[in-house]
Amino acid sequence: MDQFAVKVFVRLRPSVLDPAGEATKSASIKLGAEGIKSLRIGKMIEVKIEGNGENEVRGKIDLLCDRLFANTVIEDYEYSLEKL
Amino acid sequence: MDNFTVGVVVFPGSNCDRDVSWALEGCLDIRTKYLWHESSDLSDVDAIVLPGGFSYGDYLRCGAIARFSPLINALDEFVKSGKRVLGICNGFQILTESGFLPGALVANKNLNFICDDVELDIVSSKGGWFNNVDKKQTIKLPIAHGEGRYHCDSDTLKKLVDNELIALRYKNNPNGSSFDIAGITNEKGNVLGLMPHPERACDETVGGTDGLFTLKSLILK
Repeated sequence: MDQFAVKVFVRLRPSVLDPAGEATKSASIKLGAEGIKSLRIGKMIEVKIEGNGENEVRGKIDLLCDRLFANTVIEDYEYSLEKL
Repeated sequence: MDNFTVGVVVFPGSNCDRDVSWALEGCLDIRTKYLWHESSDLSDVDAIVLPGGFSYGDYLRCGAIARFSPLINALDEFVKSGKRVLGICNGFQILTESGFLPGALVANKNLNFICDDVELDIVSSKGGWFNNVDKKQTIKLPIAHGEGRYHCDSDTLKKLVDNELIALRYKNNPNGSSFDIAGITNEKGNVLGLMPHPERACDETVGGTDGLFTLKSLILK
């Protein structure tokens, strides 16, 4: 069995308003940061997972992302995978 | 109707389960039974309420973890049989996360947790959940949520409108919901999800009785 470290990024779809991102953008400007054009907040989920090779692990992660980590009505996801 | 029993689902973090039970038993004389979320035996209940609260601490997304409980797995067959399911607030969020109703509920536009009474237009009589058979009506119900902004894509919205699945719309949209949507039904009409709390409006002494009809309609066939 191989072990992989996976980082999953879940983001609100561009069409979904992100009020928390807007509030943080506003605070960033108040802090004095210049040039911020947009700021959106997502989630990062770290998973360590075993499997027989990368393809099998990708299958498991795809299922997790599609059914649990993200709600695809409002969110997109992508992930990176590193063999340990 | 003597034996008609409404199952009130209790998740870890539910906090409106007792209000729903009190409103049904005390105000409407309808028998209730608490259903722990790990139970999958729905054989002795005739309708189900998914109450408000913060199931599983709202971890990941509101309603996302509750979706995987044994009870929600058993709900599919219950809904297909035509029995009635009412999802209030967190219950509505669970119904969208688990695919019984389309769309999703996301953070309020102004990021505030809004606790207020709101005026609502009854849009559709589908399922008979509201007392509006012959004319448009407005009711007043309490809301209490941080993540009640209904969101769906334009195709879904068109389907909701065309099939008369929008049950309630806010008169003065408090949270930024698409198309002012406060509650929707499934196509069959036996599943209703709404952010306002009808169980908190069942007695004049605690803020009106506009919620009574919706709870009472749980016993409709």
